[in-house]
Amino acid sequence: MISLAHFIVLGTILFCISVAGIFINRKNVIVLLMSIELMLLAVNMNFVAFSRYLGDPAGQVFVFFILTVAAAETAIGLAILVVLFRNRSTINVAEIDSMKG
Amino acid sequence: MISLTDILTLLPESFLTVAICALLLLDVFLRPAQRSITHYLAIAILGVTGWLVLQHYGTPTAFGGMFVRDGIADVLKIFALLTTALVFVYARPYLRDRGLFVGEYYVLCLFAVLGMMLLVSAGSLVIVYLGLELLALSSYALVALNRDSQLSSEAAMKYFVLGALASGMLLYGMSMIYGATGTLDLNKIHAAAALSSQRGMLLFGVVFVVVGIAFKFGAAPFHMWLPDVYQGAPTAVTVFIGSAPKLAAFGMAYRMLESGLGSVGPHWQQMLAVLAVLSLAIGNIAAIMQSNLKRMLAYSTISHVGFLFLGLVNGQPAGYAAAMFYAVSYALTATAAFGMILLLSRAGFEAEEISDFKGLNQRAPWYALLMALTLFSLAGVPPLFGFFGKFLVLKAAVDAGQVWLAIVGAVFAIIGIYYYLRVVKVMYFDDADDAAAIAKPADAPMRTVISVNALALLVLGLTWGPLYGWCAKALGIAP
Repeated sequence: MISLAHFIVLGTILFCISVAGIFINRKNVIVLLMSIELMLLAVNMNFVAFSRYLGDPAGQVFVFFILTVAAAETAIGLAILVVLFRNRSTINVAEIDSMKG
Repeated sequence: MISLTDILTLLPESFLTVAICALLLLDVFLRPAQRSITHYLAIAILGVTGWLVLQHYGTPTAFGGMFVRDGIADVLKIFALLTTALVFVYARPYLRDRGLFVGEYYVLCLFAVLGMMLLVSAGSLVIVYLGLELLALSSYALVALNRDSQLSSEAAMKYFVLGALASGMLLYGMSMIYGATGTLDLNKIHAAAALSSQRGMLLFGVVFVVVGIAFKFGAAPFHMWLPDVYQGAPTAVTVFIGSAPKLAAFGMAYRMLESGLGSVGPHWQQMLAVLAVLSLAIGNIAAIMQSNLKRMLAYSTISHVGFLFLGLVNGQPAGYAAAMFYAVSYALTATAAFGMILLLSRAGFEAEEISDFKGLNQRAPWYALLMALTLFSLAGVPPLFGFFGKFLVLKAAVDAGQVWLAIVGAVFAIIGIYYYLRVVKVMYFDDADDAAAIAKPADAPMRTVISVNALALLVLGLTWGPLYGWCAKALGIAP
Protein backbone atom coordinates (compact mmCIF):
# COMPACT_ATOMS: atom_id res chain seq x y z
CA MET A 1 0.00 0.00 0.00
CA ILE A 2 1.39 3.40 -0.99
CA SER A 3 0.80 5.93 1.77
CA LEU A 4 1.02 9.73 1.86
CA ALA A 5 4.52 9.47 3.34
CA HIS A 6 5.78 7.71 0.20
CA PHE A 7 4.61 10.59 -1.97
CA ILE A 8 6.13 13.20 0.32
CA VAL A 9 9.44 11.35 0.33
CA LEU A 10 9.36 11.11 -3.46
CA GLY A 11 8.58 14.83 -3.68
CA THR A 12 11.45 15.61 -1.35
CA ILE A 13 13.89 13.44 -3.32
CA LEU A 14 12.88 15.13 -6.60
CA PHE A 15 13.23 18.54 -4.98
CA CYS A 16 16.70 17.70 -3.66
CA ILE A 17 17.80 16.41 -7.07
CA SER A 18 16.65 19.63 -8.71
CA VAL A 19 18.38 21.88 -6.15
CA ALA A 20 21.55 19.81 -6.52
CA GLY A 21 21.20 20.14 -10.28
CA ILE A 22 21.14 23.94 -9.99
CA PHE A 23 24.13 24.19 -7.64
CA ILE A 24 26.40 21.40 -8.85
CA ASN A 25 25.94 21.91 -12.59
CA ARG A 26 28.78 23.99 -14.03
CA LYS A 27 28.36 23.03 -17.67
CA ASN A 28 25.12 23.93 -19.32
CA VAL A 29 22.34 26.47 -18.77
CA ILE A 30 19.78 24.11 -20.36
CA VAL A 31 20.35 21.70 -17.47
CA LEU A 32 19.47 24.58 -15.12
CA LEU A 33 16.16 25.06 -16.91
CA MET A 34 15.48 21.32 -16.63
CA SER A 35 16.26 21.43 -12.90
CA ILE A 36 13.86 24.33 -12.40
CA GLU A 37 11.14 22.38 -14.19
CA LEU A 38 11.82 19.32 -12.05
CA MET A 39 11.58 21.44 -8.92
CA LEU A 40 8.11 22.67 -9.85
CA LEU A 41 7.03 19.12 -10.69
CA ALA A 42 8.21 17.94 -7.26
CA VAL A 43 5.99 20.61 -5.72
CA ASN A 44 3.09 19.50 -7.92
CA MET A 45 3.55 15.94 -6.69
CA ASN A 46 3.26 17.20 -3.10
CA PHE A 47 0.17 19.24 -3.82
CA VAL A 48 -1.64 16.40 -5.59
CA ALA A 49 -0.75 13.91 -2.84
CA PHE A 50 -1.94 16.25 -0.08
CA SER A 51 -5.05 17.16 -2.03
CA ARG A 52 -5.99 13.50 -2.47
CA TYR A 53 -5.18 12.68 1.15
CA LEU A 54 -7.12 15.65 2.55
CA GLY A 55 -10.04 15.18 0.13
CA ASP A 56 -9.76 18.87 -0.82
CA PRO A 57 -9.71 19.66 -4.55
CA ALA A 58 -8.17 23.15 -4.07
CA GLY A 59 -4.66 21.68 -4.09
CA GLN A 60 -5.21 20.14 -7.52
CA VAL A 61 -6.50 23.44 -8.86
CA PHE A 62 -3.29 25.09 -7.61
CA VAL A 63 -1.34 22.47 -9.60
CA PHE A 64 -3.00 23.65 -12.82
CA PHE A 65 -1.89 27.20 -12.08
CA ILE A 66 1.66 26.04 -11.31
CA LEU A 67 1.82 24.06 -14.57
CA THR A 68 0.65 27.07 -16.57
CA VAL A 69 3.08 29.46 -14.91
CA ALA A 70 5.90 26.93 -15.32
CA ALA A 71 5.27 26.88 -19.07
CA ALA A 72 5.43 30.68 -19.22
CA GLU A 73 8.54 30.67 -17.06
CA THR A 74 10.32 28.20 -19.34
CA ALA A 75 9.35 30.27 -22.39
CA ILE A 76 10.96 33.36 -20.87
CA GLY A 77 13.97 31.36 -19.69
CA LEU A 78 14.59 29.98 -23.18
CA ALA A 79 14.15 33.44 -24.71
CA ILE A 80 16.78 34.85 -22.34
CA LEU A 81 18.99 31.87 -23.20
CA VAL A 82 18.77 32.66 -26.91
CA VAL A 83 19.71 36.30 -26.23
CA LEU A 84 22.60 35.17 -24.06
CA PHE A 85 23.90 32.76 -26.68
CA ARG A 86 23.71 35.40 -29.42
CA ASN A 87 25.75 37.83 -27.31
CA ARG A 88 28.33 35.49 -25.88
CA SER A 89 28.32 32.41 -28.14
CA THR A 90 28.37 30.15 -25.10
CA ILE A 91 25.90 28.73 -22.62
CA ASN A 92 28.54 27.36 -20.29
CA VAL A 93 27.59 28.30 -16.73
CA ALA A 94 31.23 28.67 -15.65
CA GLU A 95 31.83 31.35 -18.31
CA ILE A 96 28.89 33.54 -17.32
CA ASP A 97 30.92 35.50 -14.80
CA SER A 98 31.74 38.94 -16.19
CA MET A 99 30.29 40.68 -13.10
CA LYS A 100 31.95 40.13 -9.74
CA GLY A 101 32.33 41.80 -6.37
CA MET B 1 -20.51 32.41 -7.80
CA ILE B 2 -18.82 35.51 -9.21
CA SER B 3 -21.00 38.47 -8.40
CA LEU B 4 -20.90 42.04 -9.60
CA THR B 5 -19.54 43.17 -6.22
CA ASP B 6 -16.52 40.91 -6.70
CA ILE B 7 -15.77 42.57 -10.03
CA LEU B 8 -16.33 46.02 -8.52
CA THR B 9 -13.88 45.24 -5.70
CA LEU B 10 -11.32 44.28 -8.31
CA LEU B 11 -12.09 47.33 -10.46
CA PRO B 12 -8.58 48.90 -10.25
CA GLU B 13 -6.92 45.60 -11.24
CA SER B 14 -9.53 44.86 -13.92
CA PHE B 15 -9.14 48.33 -15.38
CA LEU B 16 -5.35 47.99 -15.37
CA THR B 17 -5.52 44.62 -17.14
CA VAL B 18 -7.82 45.88 -19.89
CA ALA B 19 -5.85 49.11 -20.26
CA ILE B 20 -2.52 47.26 -20.61
CA CYS B 21 -3.96 45.03 -23.35
CA ALA B 22 -5.35 48.09 -25.13
CA LEU B 23 -1.99 49.87 -24.81
CA LEU B 24 -0.15 46.85 -26.19
CA LEU B 25 -2.48 46.77 -29.17
CA LEU B 26 -2.33 50.52 -29.77
CA ASP B 27 1.46 50.55 -29.61
CA VAL B 28 1.66 48.21 -32.59
CA PHE B 29 0.00 50.84 -34.79
CA LEU B 30 2.25 53.72 -33.71
CA ARG B 31 5.28 54.90 -35.67
CA PRO B 32 8.48 55.22 -33.62
CA ALA B 33 8.11 59.02 -33.75
CA GLN B 34 4.73 58.72 -32.04
CA ARG B 35 6.04 56.61 -29.16
CA SER B 36 5.43 59.50 -26.74
CA ILE B 37 1.73 58.63 -26.95
CA THR B 38 2.48 55.27 -25.29
CA HIS B 39 4.54 57.06 -22.66
CA TYR B 40 1.83 59.53 -21.69
CA LEU B 41 -0.95 56.94 -21.89
CA ALA B 42 1.00 54.62 -19.57
CA ILE B 43 1.28 57.41 -17.00
CA ALA B 44 -2.42 58.22 -17.42
CA ILE B 45 -3.29 54.54 -16.87
CA LEU B 46 -1.33 54.56 -13.61
CA GLY B 47 -3.14 57.74 -12.56
CA VAL B 48 -6.61 56.36 -13.29
CA THR B 49 -5.77 53.08 -11.52
CA GLY B 50 -4.61 55.03 -8.46
CA TRP B 51 -7.83 57.05 -8.49
CA LEU B 52 -9.89 53.82 -8.68
CA VAL B 53 -7.93 52.33 -5.75
CA LEU B 54 -8.94 55.32 -3.63
CA GLN B 55 -12.62 55.04 -4.58
CA HIS B 56 -13.13 51.81 -2.57
CA TYR B 57 -15.85 50.33 -4.76
CA GLY B 58 -17.25 46.96 -3.68
CA THR B 59 -16.53 45.03 -0.50
CA PRO B 60 -13.41 44.50 1.67
CA THR B 61 -12.93 40.96 0.34
CA ALA B 62 -13.82 39.37 -2.97
CA PHE B 63 -13.92 35.91 -4.53
CA GLY B 64 -14.48 34.11 -1.25
CA GLY B 65 -11.59 35.79 0.54
CA MET B 66 -9.00 35.19 -2.19
CA PHE B 67 -8.66 38.93 -2.76
CA VAL B 68 -8.37 41.28 0.22
CA ARG B 69 -8.67 45.04 0.03
CA ASP B 70 -7.61 46.70 3.26
CA GLY B 71 -5.62 49.74 4.36
CA ILE B 72 -2.28 48.00 3.85
CA ALA B 73 -3.11 47.07 0.27
CA ASP B 74 -4.27 50.65 -0.41
CA VAL B 75 -1.10 52.31 0.90
CA LEU B 76 1.20 49.90 -0.93
CA LYS B 77 -0.75 50.12 -4.21
CA ILE B 78 -0.83 53.92 -4.21
CA PHE B 79 2.90 54.20 -3.64
CA ALA B 80 3.71 51.42 -6.11
CA LEU B 81 1.70 53.31 -8.77
CA LEU B 82 3.33 56.62 -7.82
CA THR B 83 6.90 55.28 -7.96
CA THR B 84 6.20 53.59 -11.28
CA ALA B 85 4.92 56.86 -12.72
CA LEU B 86 8.13 58.57 -11.52
CA VAL B 87 10.16 55.76 -13.10
CA PHE B 88 8.43 56.29 -16.45
CA VAL B 89 9.28 59.99 -16.43
CA TYR B 90 12.94 59.35 -15.49
CA ALA B 91 13.43 56.49 -17.92
CA ARG B 92 12.26 58.24 -21.07
CA PRO B 93 15.38 60.27 -22.03
CA TYR B 94 17.64 57.32 -21.23
CA LEU B 95 15.58 54.89 -23.32
CA ARG B 96 15.33 57.34 -26.20
CA ASP B 97 19.09 57.94 -26.31
CA ARG B 98 19.78 54.20 -26.52
CA GLY B 99 17.13 53.16 -29.04
CA LEU B 100 15.22 51.32 -26.29
CA PHE B 101 12.23 53.67 -26.31
CA VAL B 102 9.76 50.90 -27.16
CA GLY B 103 6.25 50.00 -26.07
CA GLU B 104 7.43 46.73 -24.51
CA TYR B 105 9.13 48.61 -21.69
CA TYR B 106 5.87 50.26 -20.67
CA VAL B 107 3.72 47.16 -21.11
CA LEU B 108 6.11 44.96 -19.11
CA CYS B 109 6.37 47.54 -16.32
CA LEU B 110 2.59 47.84 -16.18
CA PHE B 111 2.19 44.06 -16.02
CA ALA B 112 4.71 44.00 -13.18
CA VAL B 113 2.62 46.66 -11.41
CA LEU B 114 -0.47 44.49 -11.90
CA GLY B 115 1.43 41.60 -10.30
CA MET B 116 2.35 43.84 -7.36
CA MET B 117 -1.25 44.94 -6.89
CA LEU B 118 -2.46 41.33 -6.78
CA LEU B 119 0.40 40.31 -4.50
CA VAL B 120 -0.32 42.93 -1.85
CA SER B 121 -4.04 42.07 -1.94
CA ALA B 122 -3.58 38.30 -1.76
CA GLY B 123 -5.86 36.36 0.55
CA SER B 124 -4.82 32.93 -0.67
CA LEU B 125 -1.58 31.11 -1.46
CA VAL B 126 -2.68 30.86 -5.11
CA ILE B 127 -2.92 34.64 -5.48
CA VAL B 128 0.42 35.15 -3.70
CA TYR B 129 2.04 32.81 -6.22
CA LEU B 130 0.31 34.24 -9.30
CA GLY B 131 0.98 37.85 -8.31
CA LEU B 132 4.59 37.08 -7.54
CA GLU B 133 5.17 35.29 -10.84
CA LEU B 134 3.50 38.05 -12.86
CA LEU B 135 5.88 40.51 -11.22
CA ALA B 136 8.90 38.24 -11.56
CA LEU B 137 8.38 37.13 -15.18
CA SER B 138 7.90 40.75 -16.29
CA SER B 139 11.07 41.74 -14.42
CA TYR B 140 13.17 38.99 -16.08
CA ALA B 141 12.09 40.19 -19.50
CA LEU B 142 12.74 43.84 -18.55
CA VAL B 143 16.31 43.10 -17.45
CA ALA B 144 16.98 41.56 -20.88
CA LEU B 145 15.40 44.57 -22.63
CA ASN B 146 18.70 45.69 -24.13
CA ARG B 147 19.21 42.51 -26.10
CA ASP B 148 22.55 43.49 -27.65
CA SER B 149 24.22 43.99 -24.28
CA GLN B 150 26.32 41.14 -22.90
CA LEU B 151 25.94 42.38 -19.34
CA SER B 152 22.15 42.69 -19.60
CA SER B 153 21.64 39.19 -20.93
CA GLU B 154 23.98 37.74 -18.32
CA ALA B 155 22.15 39.63 -15.56
CA ALA B 156 18.80 38.44 -16.90
CA MET B 157 19.96 34.81 -16.90
CA LYS B 158 21.21 35.03 -13.32
CA TYR B 159 18.02 36.79 -12.23
CA PHE B 160 15.90 34.18 -13.98
CA VAL B 161 17.64 31.12 -12.53
CA LEU B 162 17.80 32.43 -8.95
CA GLY B 163 14.30 33.90 -9.15
CA ALA B 164 12.91 30.57 -10.35
CA LEU B 165 14.82 28.80 -7.57
CA ALA B 166 13.23 31.20 -5.06
CA SER B 167 9.75 30.55 -6.48
CA GLY B 168 10.41 26.83 -6.23
CA MET B 169 11.45 27.16 -2.57
CA LEU B 170 8.41 29.28 -1.79
CA LEU B 171 6.08 26.80 -3.53
CA TYR B 172 7.64 23.84 -1.74
CA GLY B 173 7.03 25.63 1.56
CA MET B 174 3.46 26.40 0.49
CA SER B 175 2.84 22.73 -0.32
CA MET B 176 4.01 21.73 3.17
CA ILE B 177 1.84 24.38 4.79
CA TYR B 178 -1.10 23.19 2.69
CA GLY B 179 -0.45 19.63 3.81
CA ALA B 180 -0.29 20.62 7.48
CA THR B 181 -3.32 22.92 7.53
CA GLY B 182 -5.49 21.55 4.70
CA THR B 183 -6.33 24.93 3.20
CA LEU B 184 -4.92 27.54 0.81
CA ASP B 185 -6.79 30.46 2.39
CA LEU B 186 -4.41 32.64 4.44
CA ASN B 187 -6.94 33.43 7.19
CA LYS B 188 -7.83 29.76 7.59
CA ILE B 189 -4.13 28.89 7.64
CA HIS B 190 -3.73 31.40 10.48
CA ALA B 191 -6.43 29.64 12.49
CA ALA B 192 -5.36 26.09 11.56
CA ALA B 193 -1.63 26.62 12.12
CA ALA B 194 -2.13 27.18 15.84
CA LEU B 195 -3.93 23.85 16.23
CA SER B 196 -2.17 21.79 13.58
CA SER B 197 -1.28 18.23 14.59
CA GLN B 198 1.39 18.21 11.85
CA ARG B 199 3.63 20.74 13.57
CA GLY B 200 6.88 19.40 12.16
CA MET B 201 5.63 19.57 8.59
CA LEU B 202 4.23 23.06 9.17
CA LEU B 203 7.52 24.41 10.49
CA PHE B 204 9.40 22.70 7.65
CA GLY B 205 7.14 24.64 5.28
CA VAL B 206 7.69 27.87 7.22
CA VAL B 207 11.47 27.55 6.74
CA PHE B 208 11.09 27.26 2.96
CA VAL B 209 8.63 30.15 2.82
CA VAL B 210 11.04 32.37 4.75
CA VAL B 211 13.88 31.38 2.41
CA GLY B 212 11.69 32.14 -0.62
CA ILE B 213 10.73 35.56 0.77
CA ALA B 214 14.37 36.34 1.63
CA PHE B 215 15.40 35.44 -1.94
CA LYS B 216 12.76 37.75 -3.41
CA PHE B 217 13.74 40.60 -1.10
CA GLY B 218 17.43 40.04 -1.75
CA ALA B 219 18.25 39.54 1.93
CA ALA B 220 21.66 38.11 2.80
CA PRO B 221 22.71 35.29 2.48
CA PHE B 222 20.28 35.01 -0.48
CA HIS B 223 21.39 38.27 -2.07
CA MET B 224 23.88 37.05 -4.71
CA TRP B 225 21.61 37.89 -7.65
CA LEU B 226 20.89 41.44 -6.59
CA PRO B 227 24.18 43.32 -7.27
CA ASP B 228 24.64 41.62 -10.66
CA VAL B 229 21.08 42.38 -11.74
CA TYR B 230 21.24 46.02 -10.62
CA GLN B 231 24.55 46.52 -12.38
CA GLY B 232 23.80 44.56 -15.54
CA ALA B 233 20.27 45.79 -16.23
CA PRO B 234 19.81 49.01 -18.23
CA THR B 235 19.59 51.82 -15.64
CA ALA B 236 16.03 52.61 -16.76
CA VAL B 237 15.12 49.07 -15.66
CA THR B 238 17.25 49.15 -12.49
CA VAL B 239 15.32 52.21 -11.31
CA PHE B 240 12.11 50.20 -11.69
CA ILE B 241 13.17 46.90 -10.08
CA GLY B 242 14.99 48.79 -7.32
CA SER B 243 11.97 50.75 -6.16
CA ALA B 244 8.33 49.63 -6.48
CA PRO B 245 8.90 45.85 -6.06
CA LYS B 246 10.24 46.49 -2.54
CA LEU B 247 6.74 47.67 -1.60
CA ALA B 248 5.27 44.50 -3.08
CA ALA B 249 7.86 42.38 -1.28
CA PHE B 250 6.82 43.96 1.99
CA GLY B 251 3.18 43.24 1.09
CA MET B 252 4.01 39.61 0.32
CA ALA B 253 5.96 39.18 3.56
CA TYR B 254 3.09 40.69 5.54
CA ARG B 255 0.46 38.50 3.88
CA MET B 256 2.44 35.28 4.15
CA LEU B 257 4.02 35.76 7.56
CA GLU B 258 1.43 37.76 9.48
CA SER B 259 -1.94 37.05 7.80
CA GLY B 260 -1.02 33.42 7.14
CA LEU B 261 1.59 32.28 9.64
CA GLY B 262 1.13 34.84 12.42
CA SER B 263 0.15 32.13 14.89
CA VAL B 264 3.59 30.49 14.60
CA GLY B 265 5.29 33.91 14.75
CA PRO B 266 8.12 33.11 17.20
CA HIS B 267 9.50 30.50 14.77
CA TRP B 268 9.87 32.71 11.71
CA GLN B 269 10.82 35.76 13.76
CA GLN B 270 14.06 34.07 14.89
CA MET B 271 14.93 33.27 11.27
CA LEU B 272 14.13 36.81 10.12
CA ALA B 273 16.26 38.26 12.94
CA VAL B 274 19.29 36.29 11.69
CA LEU B 275 18.60 37.36 8.09
CA ALA B 276 18.20 40.99 9.19
CA VAL B 277 21.55 41.07 11.01
CA LEU B 278 23.34 39.31 8.13
CA SER B 279 21.80 41.69 5.57
CA LEU B 280 22.80 44.74 7.57
CA ALA B 281 26.35 43.44 7.94
CA ILE B 282 26.96 42.15 4.41
CA GLY B 283 25.10 45.01 2.70
CA ASN B 284 26.88 47.81 4.51
CA ILE B 285 30.35 46.30 4.49
CA ALA B 286 30.33 45.14 0.87
CA ALA B 287 28.99 48.54 -0.28
CA ILE B 288 32.13 50.24 1.04
CA MET B 289 34.28 48.35 -1.47
CA GLN B 290 32.30 49.23 -4.61
CA SER B 291 33.42 51.66 -7.28
CA ASN B 292 30.30 51.23 -9.43
CA LEU B 293 27.47 53.39 -8.11
CA LYS B 294 24.70 51.04 -9.28
CA ARG B 295 26.45 48.16 -7.54
CA MET B 296 26.97 50.24 -4.42
CA LEU B 297 23.27 51.12 -4.35
CA ALA B 298 22.49 47.40 -4.78
CA TYR B 299 24.48 46.55 -1.64
CA SER B 300 22.84 49.48 0.09
CA THR B 301 19.47 47.93 -0.88
CA ILE B 302 20.52 44.75 0.92
CA SER B 303 21.22 46.75 4.07
CA HIS B 304 17.87 48.54 3.75
CA VAL B 305 16.17 45.14 3.44
CA GLY B 306 17.87 44.27 6.73
CA PHE B 307 16.23 47.32 8.31
CA LEU B 308 12.85 46.39 6.82
CA PHE B 309 13.23 42.90 8.31
CA LEU B 310 13.93 44.48 11.73
CA GLY B 311 10.42 45.92 11.51
CA LEU B 312 8.93 42.55 10.50
CA VAL B 313 10.79 40.64 13.25
CA ASN B 314 8.90 42.74 15.74
CA GLY B 315 5.64 40.85 15.16
CA GLN B 316 3.58 43.76 16.55
CA PRO B 317 1.37 46.14 14.52
CA ALA B 318 3.74 49.00 15.42
CA GLY B 319 6.62 47.05 13.87
CA TYR B 320 4.68 46.36 10.66
CA ALA B 321 3.62 50.01 10.43
CA ALA B 322 7.25 51.09 10.84
CA ALA B 323 8.38 48.55 8.21
CA MET B 324 5.69 49.77 5.81
CA PHE B 325 6.75 53.39 6.35
CA TYR B 326 10.33 52.26 5.74
CA ALA B 327 9.39 50.51 2.50
CA VAL B 328 7.60 53.65 1.25
CA SER B 329 10.49 55.94 2.19
CA TYR B 330 13.00 53.57 0.60
CA ALA B 331 11.02 53.25 -2.64
CA LEU B 332 10.77 57.04 -3.08
CA THR B 333 14.42 57.62 -2.16
CA ALA B 334 15.77 54.83 -4.39
CA THR B 335 13.76 56.22 -7.32
CA ALA B 336 15.45 59.59 -6.86
CA ALA B 337 18.93 58.02 -6.47
CA PHE B 338 18.72 55.92 -9.63
CA GLY B 339 16.97 58.84 -11.33
CA MET B 340 20.10 60.95 -10.77
CA ILE B 341 22.21 58.30 -12.54
CA LEU B 342 19.73 58.45 -15.44
CA LEU B 343 19.95 62.25 -15.46
CA LEU B 344 23.74 62.26 -15.73
CA SER B 345 23.82 59.56 -18.41
CA ARG B 346 23.67 60.52 -22.06
CA ALA B 347 23.90 58.77 -25.42
CA GLY B 348 26.98 56.51 -25.33
CA PHE B 349 27.82 57.33 -21.72
CA GLU B 350 26.59 55.64 -18.54
CA ALA B 351 27.17 57.72 -15.42
CA GLU B 352 27.34 54.62 -13.27
CA GLU B 353 30.83 54.86 -11.75
CA ILE B 354 31.22 56.88 -8.59
CA SER B 355 34.05 58.78 -10.34
CA ASP B 356 31.51 60.00 -12.94
CA PHE B 357 30.04 62.18 -10.18
CA LYS B 358 33.36 63.97 -9.62
CA GLY B 359 32.95 67.71 -9.24
CA LEU B 360 29.23 67.62 -9.91
CA ASN B 361 28.96 70.72 -7.75
CA GLN B 362 31.05 72.68 -10.29
CA ARG B 363 29.09 71.36 -13.25
CA ALA B 364 25.56 71.62 -11.86
CA PRO B 365 25.25 72.79 -8.24
CA TRP B 366 21.48 72.25 -8.15
CA TYR B 367 21.70 68.57 -9.12
CA ALA B 368 24.64 68.04 -6.77
CA LEU B 369 22.42 69.37 -3.99
CA LEU B 370 19.55 67.07 -4.99
CA MET B 371 21.89 64.06 -5.13
CA ALA B 372 23.31 64.97 -1.73
CA LEU B 373 19.77 65.19 -0.29
CA THR B 374 18.96 61.77 -1.72
CA LEU B 375 22.14 60.18 -0.38
CA PHE B 376 21.64 61.73 3.06
CA SER B 377 18.10 60.36 3.06
CA LEU B 378 19.42 56.87 2.20
CA ALA B 379 22.03 57.22 4.93
CA GLY B 380 19.36 58.26 7.43
CA VAL B 381 20.49 61.77 8.29
CA PRO B 382 17.83 63.86 10.08
CA PRO B 383 15.55 65.57 9.18
CA LEU B 384 15.22 63.66 5.88
CA PHE B 385 12.63 61.03 5.01
CA GLY B 386 15.00 58.06 5.38
CA PHE B 387 15.89 59.04 8.94
CA PHE B 388 12.32 58.69 10.16
CA GLY B 389 12.00 55.25 8.55
CA LYS B 390 15.06 54.09 10.50
CA PHE B 391 13.94 55.91 13.64
CA LEU B 392 10.48 54.28 13.64
CA VAL B 393 11.87 50.80 13.00
CA LEU B 394 14.42 51.15 15.81
CA LYS B 395 11.82 52.62 18.16
CA ALA B 396 9.42 49.73 17.46
CA ALA B 397 12.26 47.26 18.13
CA VAL B 398 13.11 48.90 21.47
CA ASP B 399 9.43 49.06 22.46
CA ALA B 400 9.11 45.32 21.74
CA GLY B 401 12.11 44.58 23.96
CA GLN B 402 14.50 43.69 21.12
CA VAL B 403 17.16 46.13 22.28
CA TRP B 404 20.13 44.19 20.91
CA LEU B 405 18.60 44.15 17.42
CA ALA B 406 18.08 47.92 17.63
CA ILE B 407 21.72 48.37 18.67
CA VAL B 408 22.96 46.23 15.75
CA GLY B 409 20.73 48.26 13.40
CA ALA B 410 22.04 51.57 14.71
CA VAL B 411 25.71 50.47 14.50
CA PHE B 412 25.40 49.33 10.90
CA ALA B 413 23.43 52.45 9.95
CA ILE B 414 26.43 54.47 11.13
CA ILE B 415 28.86 52.28 9.15
CA GLY B 416 26.56 52.81 6.17
CA ILE B 417 26.86 56.59 6.34
CA TYR B 418 30.52 56.25 5.28
CA TYR B 419 29.94 55.10 1.72
CA TYR B 420 27.14 57.57 1.07
CA LEU B 421 29.33 60.40 2.31
CA ARG B 422 32.13 59.22 0.01
CA VAL B 423 29.91 60.00 -3.00
CA VAL B 424 29.02 63.40 -1.52
CA LYS B 425 32.74 64.08 -1.00
CA VAL B 426 33.48 63.16 -4.63
CA MET B 427 30.71 65.52 -5.82
CA TYR B 428 31.75 68.52 -3.73
CA PHE B 429 35.52 68.30 -3.18
CA ASP B 430 36.95 66.65 -6.30
CA ASP B 431 37.54 68.38 -9.61
CA ALA B 432 35.38 67.42 -12.55
CA ASP B 433 37.12 65.60 -15.40
CA ASP B 434 34.01 65.70 -17.57
CA ALA B 435 32.70 69.06 -18.70
CA ALA B 436 29.71 67.90 -20.77
CA ALA B 437 26.49 69.79 -20.12
CA ILE B 438 23.97 67.95 -17.95
CA ALA B 439 20.84 69.83 -18.87
CA LYS B 440 19.36 68.90 -22.23
CA PRO B 441 16.27 70.82 -23.38
CA ALA B 442 14.32 67.64 -24.15
CA ASP B 443 14.61 66.38 -20.57
CA ALA B 444 12.69 69.26 -18.99
CA PRO B 445 9.88 67.09 -17.53
CA MET B 446 12.38 64.72 -16.01
CA ARG B 447 14.46 67.51 -14.47
CA THR B 448 11.38 69.10 -12.93
CA VAL B 449 10.05 65.81 -11.55
CA ILE B 450 13.37 64.70 -10.10
CA SER B 451 13.73 68.05 -8.35
CA VAL B 452 10.28 67.62 -6.85
CA ASN B 453 11.09 64.00 -5.91
CA ALA B 454 14.33 64.92 -4.12
CA LEU B 455 12.82 67.95 -2.37
CA ALA B 456 9.87 65.79 -1.32
CA LEU B 457 12.37 63.68 0.66
CA LEU B 458 13.09 66.79 2.72
CA VAL B 459 9.45 67.87 2.98
CA LEU B 460 8.20 64.37 3.88
CA GLY B 461 10.99 64.17 6.44
CA LEU B 462 9.86 67.38 8.10
CA THR B 463 6.17 66.39 7.95
CA TRP B 464 6.36 62.62 8.38
CA GLY B 465 3.39 62.47 10.79
CA PRO B 466 0.48 62.16 8.32
CA LEU B 467 2.16 59.42 6.28
CA TYR B 468 3.03 57.42 9.37
CA GLY B 469 -0.52 58.05 10.58
CA TRP B 470 -1.81 56.51 7.34
CA CYS B 471 0.46 53.46 7.77
CA ALA B 472 -0.54 53.07 11.43
CA LYS B 473 -4.24 53.38 10.61
CA ALA B 474 -3.85 50.70 7.93
CA LEU B 475 -2.63 48.33 10.64
CA GLY B 476 -5.35 49.37 13.05
CA ILE B 477 -3.24 51.18 15.64
CA ALA B 478 -3.34 54.77 16.86
CA PRO B 479 -0.33 56.65 15.45
